[in-house]
Amino acid sequence: MIVIDGLTKQFGPFTAVDRIGFSVRRGEVLGFLGPNGAGKSTTMKMITGFLAPSAGSVRVCGHDVVASTLAAQRVIGYLPEGAPAYGDMTPRGFLTFIARVRRLSAAEAGKAIDRAVEATELASVLDQPIDTLSKGFRRRVGLAQSILHNPPVLIMDEPTDGLDPNQKFEVRKLIGRMAAEKAIVISTHILEEVDAICTRALIIDHGQIVADGTPAALMSRSRYHNAVSLTLGGQTTVATAEKLRNLPGIASIEVAPRGEETTFTLFPVRASESDTLLVDAVARLARDENWPVRALYGEPGRLDEVFRSLTRSDTKADEKDAA
Amino acid sequence: MNELLAVFRRELGGYFATPLAFIFIVIFLFTMGAFTFYLGGYYESGQADLTIFFNFHPWLYLFLLPAISMRLWAEERRTGSIELLLSLPIPLWAAVLGKFLAAWVFSGIALALTFPMWLTVNYLGNPDNGVILAGYLGSFFMAGGYLAIGSCLSAVTRNQVIAFVVSVAVCFLFTVSGLPMVIDFFSGWAPQQVLSTIASFSFLTHFNAITRGVIDLRDVIYFVTLIGAWLIACGIVVDMKKAG
Repeated sequence: MIVIDGLTKQFGPFTAVDRIGFSVRRGEVLGFLGPNGAGKSTTMKMITGFLAPSAGSVRVCGHDVVASTLAAQRVIGYLPEGAPAYGDMTPRGFLTFIARVRRLSAAEAGKAIDRAVEATELASVLDQPIDTLSKGFRRRVGLAQSILHNPPVLIMDEPTDGLDPNQKFEVRKLIGRMAAEKAIVISTHILEEVDAICTRALIIDHGQIVADGTPAALMSRSRYHNAVSLTLGGQTTVATAEKLRNLPGIASIEVAPRGEETTFTLFPVRASESDTLLVDAVARLARDENWPVRALYGEPGRLDEVFRSLTRSDTKADEKDAA
Repeated sequence: MNELLAVFRRELGGYFATPLAFIFIVIFLFTMGAFTFYLGGYYESGQADLTIFFNFHPWLYLFLLPAISMRLWAEERRTGSIELLLSLPIPLWAAVLGKFLAAWVFSGIALALTFPMWLTVNYLGNPDNGVILAGYLGSFFMAGGYLAIGSCLSAVTRNQVIAFVVSVAVCFLFTVSGLPMVIDFFSGWAPQQVLSTIASFSFLTHFNAITRGVIDLRDVIYFVTLIGAWLIACGIVVDMKKAG
Protein backbone atom coordinates (compact mmCIF):
# COMPACT_ATOMS: atom_id res chain seq x y z
CA MET A 1 0.00 0.00 0.00
CA ILE A 2 3.04 2.18 0.44
CA VAL A 3 5.68 1.92 -2.26
CA ILE A 4 8.78 4.03 -1.90
CA ASP A 5 11.49 4.15 -4.48
CA GLY A 6 14.80 6.00 -4.49
CA LEU A 7 13.48 8.57 -2.04
CA THR A 8 15.98 11.35 -1.39
CA LYS A 9 15.81 14.61 0.51
CA GLN A 10 18.52 17.20 0.52
CA PHE A 11 18.61 20.31 2.65
CA GLY A 12 21.25 22.38 0.93
CA PRO A 13 24.44 20.32 0.88
CA PHE A 14 23.14 17.97 3.59
CA THR A 15 21.50 14.74 2.48
CA ALA A 16 18.95 13.80 5.12
CA VAL A 17 17.46 10.85 3.27
CA ASP A 18 19.55 9.04 0.72
CA ARG A 19 17.86 6.86 -1.93
CA ILE A 20 15.60 4.93 0.37
CA GLY A 21 13.32 2.28 -1.08
CA PHE A 22 10.88 -0.06 0.61
CA SER A 23 7.24 -1.01 0.55
CA VAL A 24 4.64 -1.77 3.18
CA ARG A 25 1.70 -4.13 2.66
CA ARG A 26 -1.64 -4.26 4.36
CA GLY A 27 -1.34 -6.06 7.69
CA GLU A 28 2.23 -5.01 8.20
CA VAL A 29 3.41 -2.89 11.09
CA LEU A 30 6.73 -1.46 10.05
CA GLY A 31 8.97 -0.21 12.82
CA PHE A 32 11.16 2.56 11.58
CA LEU A 33 14.30 2.72 13.67
CA GLY A 34 17.34 4.88 13.70
CA PRO A 35 19.29 7.28 15.86
CA ASN A 36 18.15 10.88 16.15
CA GLY A 37 18.79 12.71 12.91
CA ALA A 38 18.96 9.51 10.86
CA GLY A 39 16.16 10.69 8.58
CA LYS A 40 13.14 8.93 10.10
CA SER A 41 10.97 12.00 10.49
CA THR A 42 12.07 13.45 7.16
CA THR A 43 11.03 10.24 5.42
CA MET A 44 7.66 10.31 7.14
CA LYS A 45 7.17 13.95 6.20
CA MET A 46 7.76 13.02 2.58
CA ILE A 47 5.38 10.06 2.71
CA THR A 48 2.64 12.31 4.05
CA GLY A 49 3.22 15.02 1.46
CA PHE A 50 4.41 17.67 3.91
CA LEU A 51 7.87 17.83 2.38
CA ALA A 52 8.54 17.43 -1.32
CA PRO A 53 11.23 14.85 -2.07
CA SER A 54 14.40 15.99 -3.84
CA ALA A 55 14.30 12.78 -5.86
CA GLY A 56 12.49 9.46 -5.95
CA SER A 57 8.85 8.64 -5.55
CA VAL A 58 6.28 7.69 -2.95
CA ARG A 59 3.03 5.97 -3.84
CA VAL A 60 0.33 5.50 -1.26
CA CYS A 61 -2.61 3.28 -2.26
CA GLY A 62 -1.65 3.94 -5.88
CA HIS A 63 -1.57 7.74 -5.51
CA ASP A 64 1.70 9.45 -6.24
CA VAL A 65 2.32 11.76 -3.31
CA VAL A 66 3.96 14.45 -5.44
CA ALA A 67 1.58 14.39 -8.41
CA SER A 68 -1.67 13.86 -6.53
CA THR A 69 -0.82 15.01 -3.05
CA LEU A 70 -4.36 15.53 -1.83
CA ALA A 71 -5.58 12.11 -2.98
CA ALA A 72 -2.68 10.49 -1.14
CA GLN A 73 -3.23 12.60 1.95
CA ARG A 74 -6.87 11.52 2.09
CA VAL A 75 -5.95 7.87 2.60
CA ILE A 76 -3.22 8.58 5.14
CA GLY A 77 -3.61 9.12 8.85
CA TYR A 78 -0.58 10.93 10.22
CA LEU A 79 0.62 11.58 13.71
CA PRO A 80 3.47 14.10 13.41
CA GLU A 81 6.32 14.09 15.88
CA GLY A 82 5.26 15.61 19.18
CA ALA A 83 1.57 15.22 18.29
CA PRO A 84 0.95 18.90 17.53
CA ALA A 85 -2.61 20.16 17.86
CA TYR A 86 -4.36 23.48 18.24
CA GLY A 87 -3.95 24.17 21.93
CA ASP A 88 -6.79 26.63 22.28
CA MET A 89 -9.31 24.09 21.02
CA THR A 90 -10.94 21.30 22.96
CA PRO A 91 -10.42 17.73 21.72
CA ARG A 92 -14.03 17.75 20.56
CA GLY A 93 -13.57 20.96 18.58
CA PHE A 94 -10.28 19.78 17.19
CA LEU A 95 -11.63 16.42 16.05
CA THR A 96 -14.64 18.16 14.53
CA PHE A 97 -12.28 20.36 12.55
CA ILE A 98 -10.35 17.30 11.34
CA ALA A 99 -13.62 15.59 10.40
CA ARG A 100 -14.63 18.62 8.32
CA VAL A 101 -11.29 18.73 6.57
CA ARG A 102 -11.61 14.99 5.94
CA ARG A 103 -15.00 15.68 4.33
CA LEU A 104 -16.99 13.52 6.68
CA SER A 105 -20.69 14.32 6.78
CA ALA A 106 -22.11 15.49 10.10
CA ALA A 107 -23.50 12.03 10.88
CA GLU A 108 -20.32 10.24 9.86
CA ALA A 109 -18.24 12.75 11.81
CA GLY A 110 -20.23 12.09 14.97
CA LYS A 111 -19.72 8.36 14.66
CA ALA A 112 -16.06 8.70 13.71
CA ILE A 113 -15.36 10.99 16.66
CA ASP A 114 -17.13 8.64 19.06
CA ARG A 115 -15.11 5.71 17.73
CA ALA A 116 -11.78 7.54 17.91
CA VAL A 117 -12.52 8.92 21.36
CA GLU A 118 -13.41 5.46 22.60
CA ALA A 119 -10.30 3.89 21.10
CA THR A 120 -8.02 6.51 22.66
CA GLU A 121 -10.02 6.89 25.91
CA LEU A 122 -10.41 10.63 25.62
CA ALA A 123 -13.99 10.91 26.86
CA SER A 124 -13.06 12.42 30.23
CA VAL A 125 -11.24 15.42 28.74
CA LEU A 126 -13.31 15.98 25.62
CA ASP A 127 -14.27 19.54 26.55
CA GLN A 128 -11.07 20.85 28.10
CA PRO A 129 -8.69 23.01 26.09
CA ILE A 130 -5.90 20.83 24.70
CA ASP A 131 -3.31 23.19 26.18
CA THR A 132 -4.42 22.25 29.68
CA LEU A 133 -4.12 18.49 29.11
CA SER A 134 -1.30 16.26 30.28
CA LYS A 135 1.27 15.02 27.80
CA GLY A 136 -0.36 11.60 27.67
CA PHE A 137 -3.76 13.01 26.81
CA ARG A 138 -2.31 15.36 24.21
CA ARG A 139 -0.59 12.44 22.55
CA ARG A 140 -3.88 10.57 22.50
CA VAL A 141 -5.64 13.55 20.94
CA GLY A 142 -3.05 13.29 18.17
CA LEU A 143 -3.71 9.57 17.85
CA ALA A 144 -7.46 10.13 17.71
CA GLN A 145 -6.94 12.69 14.97
CA SER A 146 -4.84 10.29 12.91
CA ILE A 147 -7.32 7.40 13.03
CA LEU A 148 -10.46 9.52 12.76
CA HIS A 149 -11.22 8.73 9.12
CA ASN A 150 -10.23 5.08 9.51
CA PRO A 151 -7.39 5.43 7.00
CA PRO A 152 -5.93 2.39 5.24
CA VAL A 153 -2.44 3.81 5.81
CA LEU A 154 -1.25 5.03 9.17
CA ILE A 155 2.02 6.91 9.69
CA MET A 156 3.01 7.60 13.27
CA ASP A 157 6.11 9.46 14.34
CA GLU A 158 6.99 8.25 17.82
CA PRO A 159 3.44 7.43 18.92
CA THR A 160 4.39 6.40 22.46
CA ASP A 161 7.02 9.03 23.17
CA GLY A 162 6.43 10.64 26.54
CA LEU A 163 3.75 8.20 27.66
CA ASP A 164 3.90 6.28 30.90
CA PRO A 165 4.19 2.47 30.75
CA ASN A 166 0.43 1.95 31.10
CA GLN A 167 -0.34 4.39 28.31
CA LYS A 168 2.34 2.84 26.13
CA PHE A 169 0.73 -0.52 26.65
CA GLU A 170 -2.68 0.88 25.66
CA VAL A 171 -1.34 2.56 22.54
CA ARG A 172 0.43 -0.62 21.48
CA LYS A 173 -2.76 -2.57 22.03
CA LEU A 174 -4.61 -0.04 19.89
CA ILE A 175 -2.06 -0.32 17.09
CA GLY A 176 -2.18 -4.10 17.37
CA ARG A 177 -5.97 -4.08 17.01
CA MET A 178 -5.81 -1.97 13.84
CA ALA A 179 -2.87 -3.80 12.33
CA ALA A 180 -4.72 -6.47 10.38
CA GLU A 181 -6.56 -4.11 8.05
CA LYS A 182 -4.02 -1.33 7.66
CA ALA A 183 -0.51 -0.64 6.56
CA ILE A 184 1.17 1.00 9.53
CA VAL A 185 4.54 2.69 9.82
CA ILE A 186 5.74 3.77 13.24
CA SER A 187 9.01 5.38 14.09
CA THR A 188 10.49 4.82 17.48
CA HIS A 189 13.72 4.48 19.30
CA ILE A 190 12.22 2.33 21.96
CA LEU A 191 13.49 -1.05 20.89
CA GLU A 192 11.19 -3.13 23.06
CA GLU A 193 8.35 -1.57 21.11
CA VAL A 194 9.60 -3.10 17.89
CA ASP A 195 9.52 -6.52 19.42
CA ALA A 196 6.11 -5.84 20.94
CA ILE A 197 4.15 -4.59 17.93
CA CYS A 198 6.12 -4.59 14.72
CA THR A 199 5.98 -7.34 12.15
CA ARG A 200 8.99 -5.88 10.45
CA ALA A 201 11.76 -3.52 11.39
CA LEU A 202 13.77 -1.20 9.26
CA ILE A 203 16.86 0.48 10.61
CA ILE A 204 18.11 3.61 8.92
CA ASP A 205 21.26 5.53 9.60
CA HIS A 206 22.52 8.65 7.91
CA GLY A 207 19.61 8.52 5.53
CA GLN A 208 20.22 4.99 4.35
CA ILE A 209 18.62 1.66 5.15
CA VAL A 210 21.10 -0.50 7.03
CA ALA A 211 18.79 -3.36 8.01
CA ASP A 212 15.38 -4.65 7.00
CA GLY A 213 13.72 -7.73 8.43
CA THR A 214 11.47 -9.20 11.10
CA PRO A 215 12.45 -8.33 14.66
CA ALA A 216 13.48 -11.97 15.14
CA ALA A 217 15.71 -11.89 12.06
CA LEU A 218 17.34 -8.72 13.29
CA MET A 219 17.91 -10.22 16.70
CA SER A 220 19.58 -13.23 15.12
CA ARG A 221 22.26 -10.83 13.91
CA SER A 222 23.14 -10.14 17.51
CA ARG A 223 26.17 -11.87 18.91
CA TYR A 224 23.95 -12.75 21.84
CA HIS A 225 21.69 -14.75 19.56
CA ASN A 226 21.40 -18.27 21.01
CA ALA A 227 23.88 -17.48 23.74
CA VAL A 228 23.10 -18.93 27.15
CA SER A 229 22.95 -16.81 30.23
CA LEU A 230 23.54 -18.45 33.63
CA THR A 231 23.36 -16.59 36.94
CA LEU A 232 24.79 -18.25 40.03
CA GLY A 233 24.45 -17.13 43.63
CA GLY A 234 27.17 -17.23 46.28
CA GLN A 235 30.89 -17.34 45.65
CA THR A 236 32.14 -18.55 42.31
CA THR A 237 35.68 -19.42 41.45
CA VAL A 238 37.83 -19.50 38.40
CA ALA A 239 37.17 -23.23 38.35
CA THR A 240 33.47 -22.61 37.75
CA ALA A 241 34.17 -20.59 34.64
CA GLU A 242 36.68 -23.20 33.53
CA LYS A 243 34.15 -26.01 33.83
CA LEU A 244 31.63 -24.03 31.79
CA ARG A 245 34.17 -23.28 29.14
CA ASN A 246 34.99 -26.94 28.81
CA LEU A 247 31.42 -27.80 27.84
CA PRO A 248 31.17 -28.95 24.20
CA GLY A 249 30.13 -26.31 21.67
CA ILE A 250 31.21 -23.27 23.69
CA ALA A 251 33.23 -20.69 21.78
CA SER A 252 33.77 -18.13 24.52
CA ILE A 253 32.47 -17.06 27.86
CA GLU A 254 31.93 -13.74 29.62
CA VAL A 255 31.79 -13.32 33.37
CA ALA A 256 29.96 -10.43 35.00
CA PRO A 257 29.88 -10.41 38.82
CA ARG A 258 27.12 -8.31 40.35
CA GLY A 259 26.84 -8.16 44.13
CA GLU A 260 26.25 -11.63 45.52
CA GLU A 261 25.59 -13.07 42.08
CA THR A 262 27.64 -13.77 39.02
CA THR A 263 26.29 -13.96 35.48
CA PHE A 264 28.06 -16.09 32.89
CA THR A 265 27.25 -15.58 29.24
CA LEU A 266 28.18 -18.53 27.09
CA PHE A 267 28.56 -18.01 23.36
CA PRO A 268 28.07 -21.11 21.22
CA VAL A 269 30.43 -22.05 18.41
CA ARG A 270 27.61 -22.10 15.88
CA ALA A 271 25.19 -19.29 16.72
CA SER A 272 22.75 -20.39 14.06
CA GLU A 273 21.91 -23.66 15.83
CA SER A 274 19.15 -23.91 18.35
CA ASP A 275 20.27 -23.23 21.87
CA THR A 276 18.22 -25.91 23.64
CA LEU A 277 21.07 -28.43 23.61
CA LEU A 278 23.43 -25.90 25.14
CA VAL A 279 20.93 -24.87 27.81
CA ASP A 280 20.40 -28.57 28.63
CA ALA A 281 24.13 -29.14 28.92
CA VAL A 282 24.58 -26.16 31.21
CA ALA A 283 21.60 -27.23 33.34
CA ARG A 284 23.04 -30.74 33.70
CA LEU A 285 26.44 -29.39 34.69
CA ALA A 286 24.93 -27.03 37.26
CA ARG A 287 22.91 -29.88 38.77
CA ASP A 288 25.91 -32.22 38.89
CA GLU A 289 28.07 -29.56 40.49
CA ASN A 290 25.26 -28.51 42.83
CA TRP A 291 25.64 -24.84 41.93
CA PRO A 292 23.07 -22.40 43.38
CA VAL A 293 21.36 -21.42 40.09
CA ARG A 294 19.42 -18.12 40.19
CA ALA A 295 18.62 -17.89 36.48
CA LEU A 296 19.28 -19.85 33.33
CA TYR A 297 17.97 -18.99 29.87
CA GLY A 298 18.77 -18.96 26.20
CA GLU A 299 19.07 -15.49 24.70
CA PRO A 300 17.02 -14.68 21.59
CA GLY A 301 19.45 -11.88 20.81
CA ARG A 302 19.59 -8.26 21.83
CA LEU A 303 18.04 -5.70 19.53
CA ASP A 304 19.81 -2.78 21.18
CA GLU A 305 23.14 -4.39 20.49
CA VAL A 306 22.26 -4.96 16.82
CA PHE A 307 21.01 -1.40 16.66
CA ARG A 308 24.24 -0.03 18.07
CA SER A 309 26.46 -2.14 15.86
CA LEU A 310 24.56 -1.00 12.76
CA THR A 311 24.25 2.69 13.55
CA ARG A 312 27.63 3.62 14.89
CA SER A 313 28.39 5.82 11.93
CA ASP A 314 27.79 8.88 14.07
CA THR A 315 30.97 8.22 16.01
CA LYS A 316 32.86 7.41 12.83
CA ALA A 317 31.89 10.77 11.39
CA ASP A 318 33.04 12.46 14.56
CA GLU A 319 36.39 10.73 14.34
CA LYS A 320 36.72 11.85 10.76
CA ASP A 321 35.97 15.42 11.78
CA ALA A 322 38.58 15.24 14.50
CA ALA A 323 41.22 13.90 12.14
CA MET B 1 -14.06 24.61 -0.77
CA ASN B 2 -14.96 22.38 2.18
CA GLU B 3 -11.42 22.59 3.40
CA LEU B 4 -11.34 26.37 3.01
CA LEU B 5 -14.49 26.60 5.07
CA ALA B 6 -13.13 24.24 7.73
CA VAL B 7 -9.93 26.26 8.09
CA PHE B 8 -11.91 29.50 8.12
CA ARG B 9 -14.28 28.29 10.82
CA ARG B 10 -11.46 26.93 12.95
CA GLU B 11 -9.49 30.16 12.73
CA LEU B 12 -12.42 32.42 13.39
CA GLY B 13 -13.49 30.22 16.30
CA GLY B 14 -9.91 30.40 17.54
CA TYR B 15 -10.20 34.15 18.05
CA PHE B 16 -13.20 33.71 20.27
CA ALA B 17 -11.86 30.67 22.15
CA THR B 18 -9.43 32.94 23.96
CA PRO B 19 -9.91 36.41 25.48
CA LEU B 20 -8.08 37.78 22.42
CA ALA B 21 -11.25 38.60 20.50
CA PHE B 22 -12.90 40.44 23.36
CA ILE B 23 -9.82 42.38 24.39
CA PHE B 24 -9.17 43.34 20.81
CA ILE B 25 -12.71 44.47 20.11
CA VAL B 26 -12.99 46.44 23.36
CA ILE B 27 -9.70 48.24 22.78
CA PHE B 28 -10.51 48.81 19.13
CA LEU B 29 -13.85 50.40 19.92
CA PHE B 30 -12.48 52.38 22.83
CA THR B 31 -9.58 53.87 20.88
CA MET B 32 -11.80 54.57 17.90
CA GLY B 33 -14.15 56.50 20.09
CA ALA B 34 -11.45 58.27 22.06
CA PHE B 35 -9.59 59.32 18.93
CA THR B 36 -12.66 60.54 17.17
CA PHE B 37 -14.18 62.50 20.04
CA TYR B 38 -11.12 63.83 21.84
CA LEU B 39 -8.15 63.89 19.50
CA GLY B 40 -10.28 64.57 16.46
CA GLY B 41 -12.48 67.14 18.12
CA TYR B 42 -15.59 65.60 16.66
CA TYR B 43 -18.11 67.83 18.40
CA GLU B 44 -16.12 70.97 17.74
CA SER B 45 -16.04 70.26 14.03
CA GLY B 46 -19.76 70.82 13.93
CA GLN B 47 -20.18 68.45 11.01
CA ALA B 48 -22.52 65.50 11.03
CA ASP B 49 -20.35 63.09 9.08
CA LEU B 50 -17.74 60.47 9.86
CA THR B 51 -14.73 61.95 8.07
CA ILE B 52 -12.82 62.45 11.31
CA PHE B 53 -13.67 58.94 12.42
CA PHE B 54 -12.44 57.38 9.19
CA ASN B 55 -9.30 59.51 9.15
CA PHE B 56 -8.06 57.64 12.20
CA HIS B 57 -8.62 54.18 10.76
CA PRO B 58 -5.31 53.77 8.90
CA TRP B 59 -3.32 54.74 11.99
CA LEU B 60 -5.23 52.49 14.31
CA TYR B 61 -5.11 49.59 11.88
CA LEU B 62 -1.39 50.08 11.55
CA PHE B 63 -0.88 48.86 15.11
CA LEU B 64 -3.93 46.74 15.83
CA LEU B 65 -4.18 44.58 12.73
CA PRO B 66 -0.61 43.23 12.79
CA ALA B 67 -1.54 42.04 16.28
CA ILE B 68 -4.24 39.93 14.66
CA SER B 69 -2.17 38.68 11.77
CA MET B 70 1.06 37.98 13.62
CA ARG B 71 -0.15 34.66 14.94
CA LEU B 72 -1.62 33.33 11.69
CA TRP B 73 1.45 31.37 10.61
CA ALA B 74 4.12 32.13 13.20
CA GLU B 75 2.19 30.25 15.83
CA GLU B 76 1.60 27.26 13.55
CA ARG B 77 5.31 27.05 12.94
CA ARG B 78 6.23 27.46 16.58
CA THR B 79 3.89 24.75 17.85
CA GLY B 80 4.54 22.45 14.91
CA SER B 81 0.85 22.29 14.02
CA ILE B 82 1.80 23.49 10.54
CA GLU B 83 2.99 19.96 9.86
CA LEU B 84 -0.42 18.65 10.78
CA LEU B 85 -2.24 21.33 8.80
CA LEU B 86 -0.22 20.82 5.64
CA SER B 87 -0.30 17.03 5.77
CA LEU B 88 -4.07 17.09 5.96
CA PRO B 89 -5.73 17.01 2.55
CA ILE B 90 -5.99 20.79 2.40
CA PRO B 91 -4.74 22.63 -0.69
CA LEU B 92 -2.20 25.27 0.25
CA TRP B 93 -4.29 28.08 -1.23
CA ALA B 94 -7.25 27.02 0.91
CA ALA B 95 -5.14 27.15 4.07
CA VAL B 96 -3.72 30.58 3.18
CA LEU B 97 -7.05 32.01 2.13
CA GLY B 98 -9.00 30.43 4.97
CA LYS B 99 -6.71 31.92 7.56
CA PHE B 100 -6.70 35.32 5.90
CA LEU B 101 -10.48 35.40 5.51
CA ALA B 102 -10.94 34.51 9.16
CA ALA B 103 -8.73 37.42 10.21
CA TRP B 104 -10.47 39.71 7.74
CA VAL B 105 -13.95 38.78 8.85
CA PHE B 106 -12.86 39.20 12.46
CA SER B 107 -11.64 42.72 11.73
CA GLY B 108 -14.91 43.25 9.87
CA ILE B 109 -16.84 42.28 12.99
CA ALA B 110 -14.83 44.78 15.04
CA LEU B 111 -15.47 47.43 12.40
CA ALA B 112 -19.20 46.67 12.27
CA LEU B 113 -19.39 47.12 16.03
CA THR B 114 -18.57 50.79 15.58
CA PHE B 115 -22.16 51.22 14.36
CA PRO B 116 -23.03 53.47 17.33
CA MET B 117 -20.92 56.11 15.58
CA TRP B 118 -23.23 55.87 12.63
CA LEU B 119 -26.28 56.06 14.87
CA THR B 120 -24.77 59.11 16.57
CA VAL B 121 -24.25 61.09 13.39
CA ASN B 122 -27.70 60.20 12.19
CA TYR B 123 -29.11 61.40 15.48
CA LEU B 124 -27.12 64.63 15.33
CA GLY B 125 -27.81 65.56 11.78
CA ASN B 126 -28.49 64.33 8.28
CA PRO B 127 -25.29 62.80 6.99
CA ASP B 128 -24.92 61.29 3.54
CA ASN B 129 -25.27 57.63 4.44
CA GLY B 130 -23.94 56.63 1.04
CA VAL B 131 -20.66 58.31 1.83
CA ILE B 132 -20.56 56.62 5.22
CA LEU B 133 -21.20 53.21 3.65
CA ALA B 134 -18.40 53.88 1.19
CA GLY B 135 -16.16 54.81 4.11
CA TYR B 136 -16.93 51.54 5.85
CA LEU B 137 -16.27 49.57 2.67
CA GLY B 138 -13.01 51.41 2.11
CA SER B 139 -11.98 50.79 5.68
CA PHE B 140 -12.80 47.11 5.34
CA PHE B 141 -10.73 46.79 2.15
CA MET B 142 -7.86 48.63 3.78
CA ALA B 143 -8.01 46.26 6.75
CA GLY B 144 -7.73 43.40 4.26
CA GLY B 145 -4.59 44.98 2.84
CA TYR B 146 -2.96 45.28 6.25
CA LEU B 147 -3.91 41.72 7.14
CA ALA B 148 -2.61 40.29 3.87
CA ILE B 149 0.74 41.97 4.48
CA GLY B 150 0.76 40.76 8.08
CA SER B 151 -0.22 37.26 7.06
CA CYS B 152 2.70 36.97 4.66
CA LEU B 153 5.20 38.35 7.15
CA SER B 154 3.84 36.05 9.83
CA ALA B 155 4.85 33.13 7.61
CA VAL B 156 8.43 34.35 7.46
CA THR B 157 9.18 33.80 11.14
CA ARG B 158 8.14 31.56 14.00
CA ASN B 159 8.48 34.47 16.41
CA GLN B 160 5.26 36.41 16.79
CA VAL B 161 6.95 39.53 18.12
CA ILE B 162 9.18 39.73 15.05
CA ALA B 163 6.15 39.13 12.86
CA PHE B 164 4.38 42.01 14.60
CA VAL B 165 7.23 44.51 14.44
CA VAL B 166 8.08 43.78 10.81
CA SER B 167 4.42 43.92 9.84
CA VAL B 168 3.98 47.30 11.48
CA ALA B 169 7.05 48.60 9.67
CA VAL B 170 5.96 47.34 6.25
CA CYS B 171 2.38 48.47 6.79
CA PHE B 172 3.70 51.86 7.79
CA LEU B 173 5.57 52.17 4.51
CA PHE B 174 2.46 51.24 2.60
CA THR B 175 0.41 53.73 4.57
CA VAL B 176 2.64 56.75 4.23
CA SER B 177 4.09 56.22 0.78
CA GLY B 178 1.85 59.00 -0.55
CA LEU B 179 2.70 61.49 2.17
CA PRO B 180 5.24 64.32 1.73
CA MET B 181 7.76 62.68 4.10
CA VAL B 182 8.24 59.84 1.62
CA ILE B 183 7.63 61.74 -1.58
CA ASP B 184 10.06 64.51 -0.60
CA PHE B 185 12.76 61.93 -0.17
CA PHE B 186 12.41 60.94 -3.80
CA SER B 187 11.26 64.18 -5.39
CA GLY B 188 14.74 65.68 -5.71
CA TRP B 189 16.07 63.08 -8.08
CA ALA B 190 13.44 60.54 -9.11
CA PRO B 191 11.39 61.12 -12.23
CA GLN B 192 7.76 62.07 -11.90
CA GLN B 193 6.57 58.66 -13.00
CA VAL B 194 8.41 56.95 -10.17
CA LEU B 195 6.95 59.48 -7.75
CA SER B 196 3.42 58.84 -8.82
CA THR B 197 4.01 55.09 -8.73
CA ILE B 198 5.25 55.30 -5.17
CA ALA B 199 2.38 57.54 -4.22
CA SER B 200 -0.10 55.20 -5.83
CA PHE B 201 1.02 52.42 -3.48
CA SER B 202 -0.26 54.38 -0.55
CA PHE B 203 -3.21 53.03 1.38
CA LEU B 204 -4.08 56.60 2.31
CA THR B 205 -4.43 57.77 -1.27
CA HIS B 206 -6.87 55.02 -2.13
CA PHE B 207 -8.66 54.99 1.19
CA ASN B 208 -9.23 58.76 1.14
CA ALA B 209 -10.56 58.48 -2.38
CA ILE B 210 -13.14 55.93 -1.26
CA THR B 211 -14.14 57.81 1.91
CA ARG B 212 -15.08 60.80 -0.20
CA GLY B 213 -17.94 58.63 -1.32
CA VAL B 214 -16.64 57.72 -4.74
CA ILE B 215 -15.99 54.03 -5.07
CA ASP B 216 -13.66 54.13 -8.02
CA LEU B 217 -13.00 50.76 -9.63
CA ARG B 218 -9.27 51.58 -9.61
CA ASP B 219 -9.21 51.88 -5.83
CA VAL B 220 -11.05 48.59 -5.44
CA ILE B 221 -8.70 46.92 -7.92
CA TYR B 222 -5.77 48.35 -6.00
CA PHE B 223 -6.81 46.74 -2.73
CA VAL B 224 -7.88 43.46 -4.31
CA THR B 225 -4.60 43.20 -6.22
CA LEU B 226 -2.60 44.10 -3.17
CA ILE B 227 -4.36 41.47 -1.05
CA GLY B 228 -3.98 38.88 -3.78
CA ALA B 229 -0.30 39.59 -4.31
CA TRP B 230 0.56 39.41 -0.62
CA LEU B 231 -1.43 36.20 -0.20
CA ILE B 232 0.34 34.58 -3.13
CA ALA B 233 3.62 35.67 -1.56
CA CYS B 234 2.36 34.20 1.71
CA GLY B 235 1.68 30.86 0.03
CA ILE B 236 5.14 30.83 -1.49
CA VAL B 237 6.77 31.64 1.83
CA VAL B 238 4.77 28.96 3.67
CA ASP B 239 5.75 26.40 1.05
CA MET B 240 9.41 27.40 1.09
CA LYS B 241 9.72 27.51 4.84
CA LYS B 242 8.16 24.13 5.56
CA ALA B 243 11.49 22.44 5.98
CA GLY B 244 12.91 24.96 8.43
